[in-house]
Amino acid sequence: MPTRRRALLILAALAGLSQLSIALALMVGSIPISPLDVLATLVDNGGGIAGEVVRSLRLPRALTGFACGGLLALAGALLQVLLRNPLADPYVLGISGGAGIGALLAIVLGLGVAGINGLAFVGALGAMLLVFGLAHGEGGWTHSRLLLTGVIVAAGCGAVVTLMLAIAPEDRLRGMLFWLMGDLSQTGDPKLVLILLATVLLISLPFARELNLLARGADVAQALGVAVRPLRRGVYLLASLATAAAVTHAGAIGFVGLIVPHLIRLATGNDQRLLLPASVLAGGSLLVIADTLARTVLAPQQLPVGVLTAMIGVPVFLFLLTRGAAGRG
Amino acid sequence: MERTAPLLTTRALAVGIAGRTFCRDLELSVQPGESLAILGRNGAGKSTLLSVLAGLREPEGGEVRIAGASYAQLGARRCARIRGWLPQSRSEAFSSTVLETALVGRHPHLDRWDWESEADAQKARRALACVGLADLVQRDVQTLSGGERQRLAIATLLTQAPQLYLLDEPLAHLDLNHQIATLELFAALNREEQMASVMVLHEPGLAARFCSRALLLFDDGTTLLGRSDEVISSDSLSRLYGYPLREVGAGELRWFMPA
Repeated sequence: MPTRRRALLILAALAGLSQLSIALALMVGSIPISPLDVLATLVDNGGGIAGEVVRSLRLPRALTGFACGGLLALAGALLQVLLRNPLADPYVLGISGGAGIGALLAIVLGLGVAGINGLAFVGALGAMLLVFGLAHGEGGWTHSRLLLTGVIVAAGCGAVVTLMLAIAPEDRLRGMLFWLMGDLSQTGDPKLVLILLATVLLISLPFARELNLLARGADVAQALGVAVRPLRRGVYLLASLATAAAVTHAGAIGFVGLIVPHLIRLATGNDQRLLLPASVLAGGSLLVIADTLARTVLAPQQLPVGVLTAMIGVPVFLFLLTRGAAGRG
Repeated sequence: MERTAPLLTTRALAVGIAGRTFCRDLELSVQPGESLAILGRNGAGKSTLLSVLAGLREPEGGEVRIAGASYAQLGARRCARIRGWLPQSRSEAFSSTVLETALVGRHPHLDRWDWESEADAQKARRALACVGLADLVQRDVQTLSGGERQRLAIATLLTQAPQLYLLDEPLAHLDLNHQIATLELFAALNREEQMASVMVLHEPGLAARFCSRALLLFDDGTTLLGRSDEVISSDSLSRLYGYPLREVGAGELRWFMPA
């Protein structure tokens, strides 16, 4: 268990990493910009074309990426505790499926960015309420019932998404696929997601020690003085909203929500007081770095960032899995 | 003993699950220093009754009070400083060390922004030493044996330091020596610090030896409550388990053998 001092040191280091990742995202691209010039464009609003590129293209994109990565990692960490399942990720309860239906519908209908985001958010909320209502039937909620309901709803959404891809007009397919794999190229103002990220984190932090107990089982937590029912509902709501916001802005970017909490847990232990803020910083940095790679590796061709997070995530995850098995065996 | 309020009382308590009633009109009172054994067949409702007594499940009727107040009046946090509950089974979904696991017992004593202090860690280490796990403080709980996990759960409860211990099968997975050590540990807490314990046991001989009173839950929903030396007899036990039992030994060391 980390002491408070050690936790703060780790968070300071991760905050440094976050700043580095954003600085990298501002410098790298079709027009390389030196660190000093980046600083100058940010400080005095000048810098001609370079200044425009940094302020109106790269900075909003990097900040949106950071916020979405942070939201996904935070939602993943919260859901892993809620479901007491280390393999849970933000999409396991069908929220991305619902958002996918909404977004693809908007693309088929030819709506703009606002329409896609709006319908995606409506779809995410719909899936969230559906799972909550169905899982909360008679006899209350158990984590296995919630998980099963979510998985089934997600599977249903997946089928609808596939159906829409099958019948969609040819010229819309590329946009639809990019959305499904996760994409930061169509981002607007990052303020809303950044505020949401801060809000969700600030609401969940005071309950971090109670989440530590919840991870050990609902009965144990209740016996040790945790009001389990409201806590579980709150966690579900926060994790769902965080996921919906991230998915709405950047599509269904995979692996950030699964991998990042695991990495932090392996490095520092399963104390949510450190895990939640550390996941936000590490998840944000990972997505910013992955997105920077996505727009530079095959430039001028842009890759969907979800492909890169998965390509980084899969080997890391498999490595951790085999290492964990060896350590326990 | 009349001077202090009872740590646990029930009034007209009815407990059941899924349409089955385990007990009706149970009037129970556990004073500081007392220990009560709950005996009954598999499925007789021992664990369900214990979780109702622990405030984790609603009764079908009647009420439960700890230290004179209801669970609703006290709220989850204050309850956790009065009563502790040892679950029958537990599973750890995530890795953590033995010391971290024992430290969760401090939760009800800490404020929202507090971190566990060195004093809390000392309490946890003492509790782990009490159950013979002092050498394993840094081990991952997922690598522990069944008996070690059981002793760790007892240490977590000791770290919580409540006044009333509600123990669901505290002897599960334990070797004979650890069984006796565990029962002696709680007997000493009752004797020396005026704590109280209610425990689900499977061995009537140990119940007779270590618990001052016993509650027998029969299959037909009736109960028998009284002093251990009165209610734990070969007659009542034969009826309880539906198998003839014969008493051997005498005084404190009575044992019941299947005939």
